[in-house]
Amino acid sequence: MVDALTVAFGRFKALDSVSLAVDSGEVRAVIGPNGAGKTTLLDVISGITKPVSGRVMLGDRIDLTQRSEAEIARAGVRRKFQKPSVFPALTVRENLEIGCGPALPARARPARIASVLGEIGLGPRTEVLAGSLAHGEKQWLEIGMVLAAEPALLLLDEPVAGLSDSETAHTAALIRALRRPDRAILVIEHDMGFVEAIADRVTVLHEGRTLYEGSMAGARGDARVIEVFLGR
Amino acid sequence: MSGAVQTALASPAGPARRAVRDPLVAGLVGLCLAAAAVLLVASPAPYLVNALGQLAAFAILAVSLDLVWGYLGILSLGHGLFFAIGGYVCAMHLLAHGVATTGVLPDFVQFMGWKSLPAYWVGLDHAAYALVLALALAGLVAFVFGLASFRSRVNGVYFSIISQALVYVAMLLMYRNDTGLGGNNGMTGFPLLFGWPMGSPGVVTGLTVAALLTLAAVLAGTRLLIGSAAGRRMLACRDDETRLRTLGYSTTRLKLGIWCLSAMIAALAGILYVPQVGIINPRVLAPDLSIEIAVWVAIGGLGRLGGAVIGAILVNGLKFWLSAAMPEAWPFILSGLVLFVVLVLPNGLLDLVALRPRSTWLRGAR
Repeated sequence: MVDALTVAFGRFKALDSVSLAVDSGEVRAVIGPNGAGKTTLLDVISGITKPVSGRVMLGDRIDLTQRSEAEIARAGVRRKFQKPSVFPALTVRENLEIGCGPALPARARPARIASVLGEIGLGPRTEVLAGSLAHGEKQWLEIGMVLAAEPALLLLDEPVAGLSDSETAHTAALIRALRRPDRAILVIEHDMGFVEAIADRVTVLHEGRTLYEGSMAGARGDARVIEVFLGR
Repeated sequence: MSGAVQTALASPAGPARRAVRDPLVAGLVGLCLAAAAVLLVASPAPYLVNALGQLAAFAILAVSLDLVWGYLGILSLGHGLFFAIGGYVCAMHLLAHGVATTGVLPDFVQFMGWKSLPAYWVGLDHAAYALVLALALAGLVAFVFGLASFRSRVNGVYFSIISQALVYVAMLLMYRNDTGLGGNNGMTGFPLLFGWPMGSPGVVTGLTVAALLTLAAVLAGTRLLIGSAAGRRMLACRDDETRLRTLGYSTTRLKLGIWCLSAMIAALAGILYVPQVGIINPRVLAPDLSIEIAVWVAIGGLGRLGGAVIGAILVNGLKFWLSAAMPEAWPFILSGLVLFVVLVLPNGLLDLVALRPRSTWLRGAR
């Protein structure tokens, strides 16, 4: 999917020929120390940053690097941002309604919203302004918003940052429940326990390059990964 | 700039609530309709009627700015441009109508030594054409400027500064005497309105009633818009445009549409204003006047349509009164009012009504 991607800010290469293939039905975690290029990778996939070279193919035909953010979203890619990005002046229901995307007909929305509310467990908070939700609830609401469009590729940027242990466990269960044969999920995370709980495979990035790709258990045993994470 | 100033002037801070019922807007609409009805049966002093009509025109202008600033986060410091487009086209209509009826050329045409109105004035003696032209022109200018800005993601203070530059450029252009639009003296001496002598009590009342009814319609219409799905997308775009875009919405199209609508509402205000004051000149394009519109909105309460109306009426009412009573004090009073609102009532005078000053400054917390 991601093919020889290079992103530069001035002379600094945030991503240096990174390649990565995520399959439908898979939960893939991208891990790596600060500055490894994880968020930049998501920025390129969601169209916020344009790469110097390389391609991001969705399926066989659509090169996402040539599309605007809105077009990428309409192609079935949704991203949950690192900082919970919900619309504070709208209620939980209204946030989810916007999350359904412009393509879904209005009459199909109530059912979709109801099903998402069930999945994220915010049913009792439907008419609350998103701005007054707790941090964890905002994270779940944003996951709900990106879920409401039934994305083919779901990008989650640190979905458990700042959450308590029980909230993290809840989120892990939620993400496991989101796996579907026709959906790929790409998660960026620092929390290794969380990654172990959700990911089918992990990709380790370091200084803009791919260091390791495979199972989490394999990553824990890989000498280079240990060196990068633990220092010499 | 302190945080409070930034909050009040650079970003929409108002918690624009969109309860289905908005008693303030409903009350203001009712008040406009009631005042219009009273004017049709009673006849107060013409100067009062005229002042009320001007206030209504300013209130329409304030609502047009609040629509883009308070609900979409786009601060225009050049809305005087669209107001002036409406005003200039209206003045052209009034003069062309006068020429068609009386055959006497306007003063500025005679000063220029021309034998007739410039060719592009053709057809402007028809009111319907003038109205369409004014709205279309305002919409077109807004579209071109908006498209260029929003497509290149020009936002925030950068957009504000460019909008200010635009109105300034327009002012320099209109100061030229060879444009056929009155140059630095502007256009005045409108003889007739729909065949009636300008300044007659019936015309004064008619204009005020028209301004009040337009204000009522604009308030009701914008309120409906804000309560709709498009209104929810506007608030979403205001608070997090990238988030909205990555959910599949074209924010450029959304912003462009509302921006053009706002410009046309501002033009409507200009159309209603010029016949009431009987003159238009390039001074209406002065940058400070465009900034003043933002001041009305900020004082009344940003992101609340009723606040924009109250701010426009309060500031201009004070101005009518004080600029006659003690003209040299007016700039100081206006500046003082701005500072008071920014420091004590960051969401405008509507905070006062709700008895909940939100400023950290007032509570002494930093």
